[in-house]
Parts: sequence; structure tokens; C-alpha cells
Amino acid sequence: MRTLDEKKISELVARLCIQANRQLPEDVIRALEAAERAEPWPSAQQSLSLLRENLDAARQRCLPICQDTGFTCVFARLGQDLHILGNFYEAIQEGVRQGYQRGFLRKSVVSDPLRRINTDDNTPAAVHVELVPGDQLHITVLPKGFGSENMSRLAMLKPADGLEGVRRFVLETVRAAGANPCPPIVVGLGIGGTFDQVAALAKQALLLPLDQSNPDPFYAALEAELLREINQLGIGPQGFGGQITALGLRILTLPTHVAGLPVAVNISCHVCRRASGIL
Amino acid sequence: MEYRLHTPLAQQEILRLRAGDRVLLTGTVYTARDAAHQRLIACLDQGAPLPFPLSDSVIYYAGPTPEAPDQVIGSAGPTTSGRMDSYTPRLLEQGLRVMIGKGDRSPAVRESIRRWGAVYLAAPGGAGALLAACVENVRLICWEDLGCEAIRELQVRDMPLLVAIDSEGQDLYTEGPAAYLSHRDEK
Ligand code: SF4
Repeated sequence: MRTLDEKKISELVARLCIQANRQLPEDVIRALEAAERAEPWPSAQQSLSLLRENLDAARQRCLPICQDTGFTCVFARLGQDLHILGNFYEAIQEGVRQGYQRGFLRKSVVSDPLRRINTDDNTPAAVHVELVPGDQLHITVLPKGFGSENMSRLAMLKPADGLEGVRRFVLETVRAAGANPCPPIVVGLGIGGTFDQVAALAKQALLLPLDQSNPDPFYAALEAELLREINQLGIGPQGFGGQITALGLRILTLPTHVAGLPVAVNISCHVCRRASGIL
Repeated sequence: MEYRLHTPLAQQEILRLRAGDRVLLTGTVYTARDAAHQRLIACLDQGAPLPFPLSDSVIYYAGPTPEAPDQVIGSAGPTTSGRMDSYTPRLLEQGLRVMIGKGDRSPAVRESIRRWGAVYLAAPGGAGALLAACVENVRLICWEDLGCEAIRELQVRDMPLLVAIDSEGQDLYTEGPAAYLSHRDEK
């Protein structure tokens, strides 16, 4: 059986925290570039070009793209034949601790939601683990900014609300979010499952590349249609008007109960960060 | 219109700004966000002296990332201003005239901006690295225990801003999208 030392996990997580915060994934960069070309409204186009300059500045100066370096969400796909030497969860937290220290990232986590004392090392991260066949460990780090997290919403719709209900909920959520999530946004849409599952689905949808679409043609068409409708709202980059309100929308679904239609919209800003690595 | 402005801003300069104008701001701004606002209000309640004078000052809603040894400041973009809405009218009443942040404000804040002839400027949200490049000097003013939320005095040069709410209460967050939509639908 293959073994893996906990230190390796910490090292990888630390590196991914820094990388995700300084450099956007290629598909998001391409989506931003395409947005700048497509945007017909001059002031909106200017806003988009500032965002491009910002990415250059971050790279040249080794700075985080945004000062909200997020609540760290870690997604691990753990091969069931891999034996970990040490404490898996603690190794991930240690990686976050090291990455946020070494990368001069902002520590934005409080230990208690009401008493609000900063933990000073950005832990604990939210860790999602999926057990998969094989003996590898695949890790993705998604630092989630709260300007956009705060504008995310969940609804337990009725089955009778159907597609139209989902559509309305998505558009209402994006409209209500307005300028706060730093548009252009990326939308992760979860549909189905249970109350808790649907929120996780919406977050996981933010891990999907923007230049691909849902393998199911029904949902691929829905992704395209909802994106088109969002980009008719007129909110625009920074919320000052324009065509490009969203860069992309991805959907994940799960089977659900006969009596329910859970739907969750997780909004990300244009700083749609994620970085992955394999051990 | 596009203006190059230096702090402190004269009252006529503020009154002349219209929602949608571009501003390149040079001079001194003070960072303050949620926790610092709470303490500023507590100072006012207790009649204690404020760590910096509110009149003639510019407040920037920002909590930068820590700076590396060779940097003046870390990433330093704006945070969501709406979280400061409940404190803002009180600060405007005490002489504050210029705020920088991102996102729209409550009707009460818009009204007190109009009432006091103030202005709310928007910095590009999510452009923390670009905005860091505008910062030439940083000095910690107080409340270091708040970490990134401590009040810092920044010397900025040509900070790229947009007038979001002007002294007449015009609001680019409603008028900007409306202007785009009516232009689009005319075509
Ligand atoms: S919403 Fe995103 S871009 Fe805006 S401040 Fe938060 S992390 Fe940065």
C-alpha cells in the first residue's frame, strides 16, 4: 500500500493557498479577456481593463489579486488505497496556516461567529473529503471571498416551481447581489439533494472550468440560458452598468426527494480562485 | 468628467463631482472597516478624542493583506461599504466628507451624503494589487490589535476612483445600469 507523509500534504496545501491567491486559473483569465472584448458599454469596458491590469500587477509584485484572501475551502479526493502517515485533517490545517503566513495572505477567520476573535492564521479551513478509488490524493484549494459569499442564497422550492422557479431564484439572487460581489461574477448553481447537500453542490460548481459545460445537454442548455439572462440584467462590471454581469455559470445536480426542489446559488466574484495539485 | 484631486478636498471640489466622474486621488486616506468603525463610534459616544480628525479626512474601507518585507503594503482593495452604513451618518454629521469603498449604500447614507454635501467614491472591487501600486507610504495610526482592520494612514498617488454617490444624492449604482439598459433598448 502506498504511504504518504502528512508533511507532504501540508506543503502542497500551503503552496496551493499562495498560488490560488496570486494567479487566476487559465479558464477564468480567458473568460475575463473575452468579457473585455464583448463588453459594448465603454465605462464597463474600462472597469474590465482595470481588472486585467490588476492581474498583471499581482503577478509582477507577487501580491494577492484581492486583499480578501478568503475563507479557505479545501476539496480533497482521497484514494482509498492510500495510507496517510499522521493526521490528515490537521495536515491540511497546518498547510493553510503555513501558506497564509508564508504568502503574506490576510487572516480573515474568527474563531466564533458571535464573539469574533481572529484566529490569526486563517484556520480552520472548510475541508471536503471524497473517498475515491486509487492511491492518489488530489487537492483543490478555493479561497472564498465573503463579499460574494454573503450574497449567496439557498431556497427549498416546491416541485411545482420547477425550472421556472429555479430560473427566477437565480435571477433574483444575482439582482439582489448587485455590486456587492464585485461583478463580473461566477455563479455556482446547485439543484437537488438535501438542504445541506445543495449548498455544497453550489460551492463545488465553482470548481468547474468556465470553458466547459454540463455533460447533460439539458443542463448545458440551462447553463447557457441562465448566463444569457443574467447578462441582460444590466448590472455590469462593478455594478455600474454594462452587459457583462457574469463570466460563467455552472450547474451541479443531485437526486432529490419527491416533495422537494432544493436550489442554492453560490456567487463568486471575478477573482474566482482555485488551484489544484496531486500527491 | 475626469479630475485629478489632492487631499484635503475643498468643499467646492466635492460639490462639483457628479456620479460617474472619474477621479485620480492623491494624498492621505485613512483605512477603517467594521471593527474600527465600531470603535470610532464608541469614541464619539464617550466624548473621547478620535485617532484622526474626521473633517477634511478621507476614509477608505479597506483591510490590506500583510506586506512582505520589501513591500510598502499588501493587496489593498476596497471592502463592501454597506457594512459600514449604520455608522456612516454619524461620521458625516461629525465632519467626514469623503468615503472610498465598493458597493451601494443604504437610502439613509445616500440622504446624509446629500445633506452634508459629501461624496462616496468607488474603488475597483477585487483590484487589490493594482490599488496597492498606488500606495506610496503607510503609517499605523491606532488599534493594532485589530490586525488588518487597524487604522492606517496611506499616502496614495493617482488612486483610480469613480464617483458613486455625489453631493446631490445621484447614485451610479442605480443610474449606471439604468443608462446602459436604456441605451441598449434604444438600439
Ligand atoms: S468579493 Fe471577491 S473580489 Fe470582491 S473583495 Fe471579496 S474576494 Fe475580493
